[in-house]
Amino acid sequence: MQTISPNSPASSKTPDESTGAKMAVDAIVPHMKILVIEDDLEAAAYMTKAFREAGIVVDHASDGESGLFMGSENAYDVMVIDRMLPRRDGLSVISELRKRGVNAPVLILSALGQVDDRVTGLRAGGDDYLPKPYAFSELLARVEVLGRRKGTPEQDMAYRVGDLELDRLSHEVKRAGKEILLQPREFRLLEYLMKNAGQVVTRTMLLENVWDYHFDPQTNVIDVHVSRLRSKIEKDFDKPLLKTIRGAGYMIKDEG
Amino acid sequence: MFRSTAVRLSALYILLFALCAAFLVFYVTAMSERLLAQQTRQAVQEEVTDIQRAYERGGINLLLRIMERRARQPGANLYVIAGPNGEILAGNVASVQPGVLNEEGWTDIPFRYEPFSEQGTPRFHLATANVLQLDNGMRIMIGRDLGDPSRFRYIVRQALMVALAIMGLGALVIWFGIGRNALKRIDRMSAASQKIMAGDLSQRLPVGRSGDEFDRLSDSLNAMLGRIEKLNEGLRQVSDNIAHDLKTPLTRLRNKAADAIAEDSDDLRRAALEGIIAESDQLIRTFNALLMISRVEAGSIAAEMTEVDLSVISADSAELYEPAAEEAGLTLTTEIAANLKVNGNRELIGQAIFNLLDNAIKYAAEGSGPPQIGVRLETADGAVRLSVCDNGPGVPAEKRGEVTKRFVRLDESRSKPGTGLGLSLVEAVMELHGGTLELSATDEARVESPGLTVTMVFPVPKP
Repeated sequence: MQTISPNSPASSKTPDESTGAKMAVDAIVPHMKILVIEDDLEAAAYMTKAFREAGIVVDHASDGESGLFMGSENAYDVMVIDRMLPRRDGLSVISELRKRGVNAPVLILSALGQVDDRVTGLRAGGDDYLPKPYAFSELLARVEVLGRRKGTPEQDMAYRVGDLELDRLSHEVKRAGKEILLQPREFRLLEYLMKNAGQVVTRTMLLENVWDYHFDPQTNVIDVHVSRLRSKIEKDFDKPLLKTIRGAGYMIKDEG
Repeated sequence: MFRSTAVRLSALYILLFALCAAFLVFYVTAMSERLLAQQTRQAVQEEVTDIQRAYERGGINLLLRIMERRARQPGANLYVIAGPNGEILAGNVASVQPGVLNEEGWTDIPFRYEPFSEQGTPRFHLATANVLQLDNGMRIMIGRDLGDPSRFRYIVRQALMVALAIMGLGALVIWFGIGRNALKRIDRMSAASQKIMAGDLSQRLPVGRSGDEFDRLSDSLNAMLGRIEKLNEGLRQVSDNIAHDLKTPLTRLRNKAADAIAEDSDDLRRAALEGIIAESDQLIRTFNALLMISRVEAGSIAAEMTEVDLSVISADSAELYEPAAEEAGLTLTTEIAANLKVNGNRELIGQAIFNLLDNAIKYAAEGSGPPQIGVRLETADGAVRLSVCDNGPGVPAEKRGEVTKRFVRLDESRSKPGTGLGLSLVEAVMELHGGTLELSATDEARVESPGLTVTMVFPVPKP
């Protein structure tokens, strides 16, 4: 999973030329295969095209029944399921898939509001929830993280990116052997970033996973936390690790 | 005509009253008849006793004498002395219904008889009598005239007619009373409702001065209309504001798109396109906030209420915003009481505090007060009070009611980024939690920048 695909269209470009989000996918998850169940054909066409450009193989189903069929017949890394679908409701597709033993992570898309529907969506067996309207970069970042989740054991006790090390047990962070002191929240922020190293994480994902609030932070609060963290882990070192991906979020990565 | 409640009610009343009147008339006549009959029997019985005694004392002669004397008195009873075969020998009666004299004792039913008539035209009267048989076979009948049967019927009919006439009159009065007056008021009310339905919400139902049921109904309907009008007005204002506040960014978006097309340089075009994305994101945020507010206001999130620790939420929020405040050159101070819990929705309360902190950071920098914002959580006056304060220019007291309305932004802040929906959401969240939102000055003494303190007042949960 960690090898760079030689066939990837973006691999010939230098990282600076390509958008960060695209680069991340091409580099890390070369052949992720996902299923999109979405009845809005225009939205589906846009999504399919954008996912393909990001190097993801996409199958599309436009109603609940065919989506359920495709989802149980083929193995997908991630399924993106709209909540309101013709012929079979999105939530019922998810619970039926789970009943049939399909364990692929599911991201629910919904035009319904955020707070309460999120809970029902996750209870039905979804793994992530994204309210419409959303930015595609947000969807892409979440699909990537979901798709790679099965490859990253949760029980990893330490993460390492370049010369930056994070010990989840002792809460120790070291760069090039030198200890870096972090606030508890900064530690969790770095932990989440490093867990998803090489992948874009959005501000919303950070607010969700580090602070446990599920909405779009409308101001720069998250950015300020990230730049504080960045100054701590990069101040005395030459090589930057924590990158800002414009229009999407952040990514921690060792450029090698 | 018959669709009018007044007519139908009146007809029903007439029918009911007529039945009652008929019953009453017949009942009263029957009762008085019985009473009269009783009195008659008693009087006749006394005479029978007298005459029996006279016969025992003085024989037939005395009997005849007494009877003759009595028969001549004006308004006398009926006296008949008949032979053993029923032929009338003496008395003041010309003839009686055959068979009456044959049976001794009281006649069960009134019988007909013919009195001596001066005009010579025989007229039958009704009478009731006691027949007595003497030991020599002669019969004596003492009875009382009950009058002319046709006259009796006439009286009953007369009484019925008078009663019905009164009923009819009463019905007319009822019709005028209910139909012309009360029911006309209902007609006026429905006429007013028609106008309201046609769209004129300023119409009100007519209210009289009597304060009766109709007036009370009109009053409460008018109050309801007032509320509807207010809500409608609010809705209209909101949609006006939405239209206006979305038109501006949409126009900007369009202009930026036009610029991007016209741009030759790749870099500048890219910058223009990024501007378009940023603008679109702002629009999406505005829509999300609007949707959120209306969902919170509709109360559909109420299902997810649990016990939440306001102390933890406040401290977390302060921690989240502390770097941002510092970057804006502000110190964030906290004064948070421990372990204050309320029943609520953590996400919504969190978002409300975040909105307040966003505002505080945005406006605190402009004031001339100390560069400080604060979060305070305390219990006071039986309520949990969560305040976010700044030392910015503040909101003038007369405008504090305004700023929580959707899209309302004071002129001074129009230039700043924001949707104008932040405080609306906070207020909606507080309403959902059964609490209130209070706006006050942080420090009245500083005339230049009194600052704004926004306090979320939560009701204390019942133990």
